[in-house]
Amino acid sequence: MYLSTNQHKKRRFPPAALALSMLSTGALADPSSRWQTNLSPGVTEVGQEIFDLHMLVVWICVAISVAVFGVLLYVLVKHTKSSGRTPATFHESTVVELLWTIVPALILIAIAIPATSTLIKVYDSSDSDVDILVTGYQWKWKYEYLSKDGGENFSYMSILSTPPEQFQIGGTEEKGVNYLLEVDEPMVIPVNKKIRFLVTSADVLHAWWVPALSVKRDAVPGYINDAWTIPQKEGIYRGQCAELCGKDHGFMPIVVKVVSEKEYEEWVASKLSSSKVDLSEKSLEELMASGEALYNKNCSGCHMVNGEGMNPIFPALKGSSIALGDISAHIEVVVNGKPGTAMTAYGAQLKPDELAAIITYERNAWGNNTGDATQASDIVNFNK
Amino acid sequence: MSEHHGPATGIQRWLYATNHKDIGSMYLWFSFAMFFIGGSFAMVIRAELFQPGLQLVEPAFFNQMTTMHGLIMVFGAVMPAFVGLANWMIPLMIGAPDMALPRMNNLSFWILPFAFAMLISTFFMDGGAPAFGWTFYAPLSTTYAPPSVTFFIFGVHLLGASSIMGSINIIVTVMNLRAPGMTYMKMPLFVWTWVITAFLLIAAMPVLAGAVTMMLMDIHFGTSFFSAAGGGDPVMFQHIFWFFGHPEVYIIILPAFGVVSEIIPTFSRKRLFGYSSMVYATASIAFLSFIVWAHHMYTTGMPLAGELFFMYATMLIAVPTGVKVFNWIATMFGGALTFETPMLFCIAFVFLFTLGGLTGVMLSLAPVDFAYHDSYFVVAHFHYTMVAGAIFSMSAAVYYWLPKWTGKMYNETMGKIHFWIAFIGFNLTFFPQHFVGLAGMPRRIPDYALQFADFNMMSSIGAFTYGFAQLLFLYNVVQTIRKGKACTDEKTWEGAEGLEWTVPSPAPFHTFSTPPTVK
Repeated sequence: MYLSTNQHKKRRFPPAALALSMLSTGALADPSSRWQTNLSPGVTEVGQEIFDLHMLVVWICVAISVAVFGVLLYVLVKHTKSSGRTPATFHESTVVELLWTIVPALILIAIAIPATSTLIKVYDSSDSDVDILVTGYQWKWKYEYLSKDGGENFSYMSILSTPPEQFQIGGTEEKGVNYLLEVDEPMVIPVNKKIRFLVTSADVLHAWWVPALSVKRDAVPGYINDAWTIPQKEGIYRGQCAELCGKDHGFMPIVVKVVSEKEYEEWVASKLSSSKVDLSEKSLEELMASGEALYNKNCSGCHMVNGEGMNPIFPALKGSSIALGDISAHIEVVVNGKPGTAMTAYGAQLKPDELAAIITYERNAWGNNTGDATQASDIVNFNK
Repeated sequence: MSEHHGPATGIQRWLYATNHKDIGSMYLWFSFAMFFIGGSFAMVIRAELFQPGLQLVEPAFFNQMTTMHGLIMVFGAVMPAFVGLANWMIPLMIGAPDMALPRMNNLSFWILPFAFAMLISTFFMDGGAPAFGWTFYAPLSTTYAPPSVTFFIFGVHLLGASSIMGSINIIVTVMNLRAPGMTYMKMPLFVWTWVITAFLLIAAMPVLAGAVTMMLMDIHFGTSFFSAAGGGDPVMFQHIFWFFGHPEVYIIILPAFGVVSEIIPTFSRKRLFGYSSMVYATASIAFLSFIVWAHHMYTTGMPLAGELFFMYATMLIAVPTGVKVFNWIATMFGGALTFETPMLFCIAFVFLFTLGGLTGVMLSLAPVDFAYHDSYFVVAHFHYTMVAGAIFSMSAAVYYWLPKWTGKMYNETMGKIHFWIAFIGFNLTFFPQHFVGLAGMPRRIPDYALQFADFNMMSSIGAFTYGFAQLLFLYNVVQTIRKGKACTDEKTWEGAEGLEWTVPSPAPFHTFSTPPTVK
C-alpha cells in the first residue's frame, strides 16, 4: 500500500537484494506493498466512491474484453485456411452495425451517470473546517495555515529529508523504508474534519498529489485551485508532485500526518509560538553554522553544495559579483528573487533570521571571505 | 507503362527527387533512423529506472531523455513513417502516376533532416537539450527553459511546415489524380484514413505553430502570454497545446487504422466487413478529436461544466473506435486465415489497441482520472495505443509491402521471430506500468520509492527485449533488399486486392502513366 501507517518498522532494501528480488521471493519484501496492482480506496468517503467507480469500469472492461477477445480467439483457431475452409463472402449488415453502435453507447451512458455524481461531489469544496494554502516551489512545498477567525496565520516549508547519499550516483548509504517519500516537516491535519487545500505555485507548474486523501490538483503560478478531503483515519499518508517541474521533480514528496483534533490543536499552538522571529544579534560563527544547514536545504538544489551552480541556468555563487559585492544588492536578489529567471523570492519562504544566516553563509563560504555578518534586523529593515 | 526516363544517378537522384517512390523511400529510411535514435533514449530511461537510486544519468539529463524520446518518436519516427507510406502507396492505390505536387514533396521531405539535426544538436549546447517534456508546458518551457529552447521552437516550426505541405500534397493528389471510375467510396481505406488525417494536420499544425510562436515572444520579446504576472495564463498554454495535441494522436493512429484495414482482409481472404461504416467511423473520430482536448487537463481546475462536457465528449470516442474493432473482427469471422508476419502484427494490433482503448475509457472519467492523471497508468495507456497501435501497424505495413517495393521476399521465419519477441517485450514493458501507475508512481521521475522496484525492473527487461527485436527487424529488411529471394509476382499475397497489386514487383520507377480503369 502506498499509504503507510507503520513508520516504525525500518526495513532496508540494499540494491543487490533488489536485483535478486526478481528471482527470489524476497524475505525483505512486504508483499502487500511491493506487488500492489490496483488503486487504493484511501481513507476518505469520496476516495471509496472513486475506487468503486474505478472497479465498476474495470469489470465492464474485463467483460468487454472477454466477449471481444473470445470471439477473436475463436476466429483465430477455427476460421483458418489450414482447416480447409473456403472463405465466406458476407459483408455489411445494418442490424449488426446498429447493434454494435447502440450497445456501447448505452454502456457508456450507464457509466457516465455515477461518474457525474461523483465529480459533482469532488467539486464541492464548501464549508471547510481548515484551510491550507499549498504553494509549490522548485522543489519543495510551503504550507500556510489560514486562520478562520482573523487570527494569526503560520507557514513552513516541507522538504525532502532522504539524504542525497541514498539516491545520488555512487551513493553508498542504504535506502530507508520511506526512501524519497519522507520530508523534514509533514503537513498536519485533524481527522474527520473537512480540509480545504488552496493550491498554487511560485514558479513552474506542480501538482499536489496524495493518493490516500484522493487529492490531486495542479499548482499553477498566479492562480489558486482548490481541493478538499475529509480523512477518516489517523495515520501518515505519502504522495509526490505529479506535474513535471524541472530537474528535481522526482524529489519533492508530500507527507501528511492525520492526527486527532486534540493533538492537532496542540500542534497549531506550538507552531504559532515557535513562528516568532528571532531578531537578536548573532556572531559570524553562529550565522555561518545555521547558514550552512539552511543553504544546503534551500539553495543547493540549483547553486550546488559547492556554490558552483550549473551553467548557464543556475549561476555560481562562488566568486560571484553579487556574493562579493554590495550587501543590499545581495539581500535584494535573495528576498525578492530575479524576475524572468528560476531565482524565486525567498522573502516569502523563509524568516528574516534564516535569510540573514543564508546570506552570511553565501558571502563567506567557498573562499568568498568578505567577513560580512548579515543580521535578521538588516533583513527587516530592508523590507521596510 | 512506358519507361520514358529512369531515375537520375548518384546523390542527385535523392537530393532532387520528385518521384513519389524515391521520396517515400527516403521518408521511410529517415523515420527508421529516428526510430532507433528515439528508441535509444528509451533504453537510457529504462536503464536508469532498472532499480531505485540514480545509477547512470543525472535528473536533468533524464528529463532531456524523456523529452527528446517523445518528440523524436512522435514527430521524427511515427509521422514521417506514415507520410512515407502515403507517398509510396497512395498513387499506386488510386492509379495515379505520381503525387500531384512533386517538387513540394521534395521540399517537405528535405526539411526534416535539417529540423531534426537542429533539434538533436541541442544536446551539445550550454544547458543541454529541452528538458520540459514533449508537451512543453509553460512556464517550464519559457521562463525556466534552457537557452536551447529557441532552437526547439524553430525546429517545431519546420516540422509543422513540412507536415502541412505533405498534407496539401496528399489532399490534392487524392482529389485530382484518381483513376477513372475510382469514386471516393471505392478508394482503399488506407487512402481514406490518410485524406482525413491530412485535413486534421492542416487544422492542427498551425495551432502548434501559434503555441511555439507565443513561447518565442514570451522568451525573447517581453510578452506575457503564459505568465500570470504579466496578465497571461499558463493554463492557456495547455488549452492551445492540446487543441493541437489531441488531433495529433489521431493523426498518428488513423493511418494505422488504414493499414490494418488493408492487411486483415488480405490474410482473411474476405472483403472488409463494413467499408462505409469504417469511413464514417474514421470521419467521426476526426471530428470528435477537436472537441475533447481538455481531457488531458482535468486537474488544472476547470469549472465543473467544462469537466462534464469534455468527459462526455471523450467517452463518445469509444463508439466509433468500437465500430472499427468490431469491423476488423467481423472481417476475420468466417474467413480463411493465414498468419504471415504482417497478419500477426495486425492481430496483435487489434488485441492491444483495444486494451489501450479500454484504459482510454477509464481515463475519460474525470473523477477517476484525478487518480490516474500523470501517473504511469497514463504512460501504459498511450504506449498501448502508440506502440502497439502505430508502430505495430507500421511493422505490418513494411512486411506487407516490402515485396512490392523491392521485388524480394523477406525471411518469414525471422519476421515471425521479430513479431513474437516484440509482442512479448512490449507487453512485459508496458503491462506492469498499469500496476505501478495505479499504485501511485508519477510519470517523468528519474528515481522512485522502493515499492515500485519489482515492476520497474520487469518493465526495463521488457524494454530491452523490445529494443532487441527492432534490431532483428532492421537486419531482416536490409537482408531482404541485399539478397532476398526474388518475388516478382504482381500479386504477392493470395488474398490481396487493389491497384497496387496490378503493377509489377518491384514497382517500376513510373507506374500508371496511363490511368487504369476501375469498374
